[in-house]
Amino acid sequence: MIEIRELRKSYRIRERRAGPGAALASLVRPAWREVEALAGVSFSLSPGEIVGYIGPNGAGKSTTIKVMSGILVPDSGVCVIKGRVPWKERKAHVAGIGAVFGQRTQLWWDVPVAESFELLRAIYRIERGTFRKRHDELVEALGAGGLLGSPARSLSLGQRMRCELVASLLHGPDLLFLDEPTIGLDAVSKLAVRDFIARENRERGLTVILTTHDVHDIEALATRVILIGRGSILFDGGFSELLAPHREKGVERALAELYGELGIA
Amino acid sequence: MGLWFRYARVALMGQFSKRSNLVVVTLAQLFLTLSALAAALVLFGRFGTLAGYSRDEVLLLFGIAQVSFSVVELLARGFDSFSAILAQGEFDRILVRPRGTILQVLGARLEFSRLGRALVGALILAHALRALGPAMGSGGPALAAARYATVASMTLGSGAIFAGIFVLGASLAFLSPDGLEVVNIFSDGGREMSQYPLSIYDKALRRFFTFVVPFGCVNWLPLEFALGRPGASWPAAFLPFAGFAFLALSFLAWRAGVRRHVSTGS
Repeated sequence: MIEIRELRKSYRIRERRAGPGAALASLVRPAWREVEALAGVSFSLSPGEIVGYIGPNGAGKSTTIKVMSGILVPDSGVCVIKGRVPWKERKAHVAGIGAVFGQRTQLWWDVPVAESFELLRAIYRIERGTFRKRHDELVEALGAGGLLGSPARSLSLGQRMRCELVASLLHGPDLLFLDEPTIGLDAVSKLAVRDFIARENRERGLTVILTTHDVHDIEALATRVILIGRGSILFDGGFSELLAPHREKGVERALAELYGELGIA
Repeated sequence: MGLWFRYARVALMGQFSKRSNLVVVTLAQLFLTLSALAAALVLFGRFGTLAGYSRDEVLLLFGIAQVSFSVVELLARGFDSFSAILAQGEFDRILVRPRGTILQVLGARLEFSRLGRALVGALILAHALRALGPAMGSGGPALAAARYATVASMTLGSGAIFAGIFVLGASLAFLSPDGLEVVNIFSDGGREMSQYPLSIYDKALRRFFTFVVPFGCVNWLPLEFALGRPGASWPAAFLPFAGFAFLALSFLAWRAGVRRHVSTGS
């Protein structure tokens, strides 16, 4: 489903200097600094996998996700998803993927959630019968029926996340990018979200790439984890395997110690 | 087109959910136009004519500028406020949806409060057309029709220029993350300036706003023909199409901007 080889990406970041003189100087001749976000990343995914993609902030997670979503072109390397190069066939590619960025909404803020769903139907050109069927199934599975008449801005975080999940799957993608799907949620909502994802995976074979700092999400969902640090893949395998040396301390502390050992904390 | 109406529906519902805000902004917009109109009328009360143009002739330009600007501001607000769309990460969301970026940016912001302003502009335009009726209708129905068509194309061309300025401003936002105030010199400044015949301005300014940003092509040059002035010839009636060429070029800049964004990620 996903084939990534030797992916590299560097950003040029403008150095800012303090003081009015320096500000003028950086306007005339800006100083640039190269930051290597991806230093040769390779992995592949089979259909139906749930993979936890983890690593500390700034490790290269969101750069990888952006490349896989077709919104960023890498400097070099190969990325083929379902036979397509994402950034070369953006529209065809994104029609078959779903994305939830936990910190940013994809719903329209001031209108009832049902209106957002209707707008998504138009954007993705979903045939009305297919839409009805998927919509009802997803709303039912997430218990979002009572939320459809409320504007997104008036929903609690947990309620909104249920609606975000509906929104990201209405067009029937077989690949889902989930970025921090449980951040800030109460225990009940967290479990509901995890159960839903596990079920979509089990029953429909949905492939999921989960980026999160919540180790419990990973533990509950992912059979495989990929650990990235400073732009390189440091581990690719089972979660229990990754934490085995530190296991007795609990997952949170175990992962923290691992980051420390790898020098990426 | 179906998708655009969906966007419009959602924008309208959103703005009606904050009704008092919508009313206040609409009224504010309306008063802005009325105060600009008052300034023009005071000027004419004092001097009678302006560089050989009567009050109603100038009001024709005034109406064209107000109508075209406010309608474009309503429709293309997404490009006008694109730096905010970019800063909030909304553009990345646009890129993960299987539609063109232009339609989605247009749909992201529709500013219905500009209707108040458009309405005042339309009333002024209607008044000017009625007052100028005899002059514009002289010389037979074919010529009269050509003159009215010229007024229509001046309005459309003027709108295309404003839209082009918004799109260029949005394209520049890819280079500089902060909103570029300098763009307002051309959009707001262009509106203020093109309310009057460009012939009243300094030569250098006039040249810039004819050959670079082609306001001259939708303003005094075709105006002579539309007003039925002696010596004005019909080719001037086609000049407003320069506005569409300007818009087309601005979309090339937009495409380059999107490409740059996708390759730099910032």
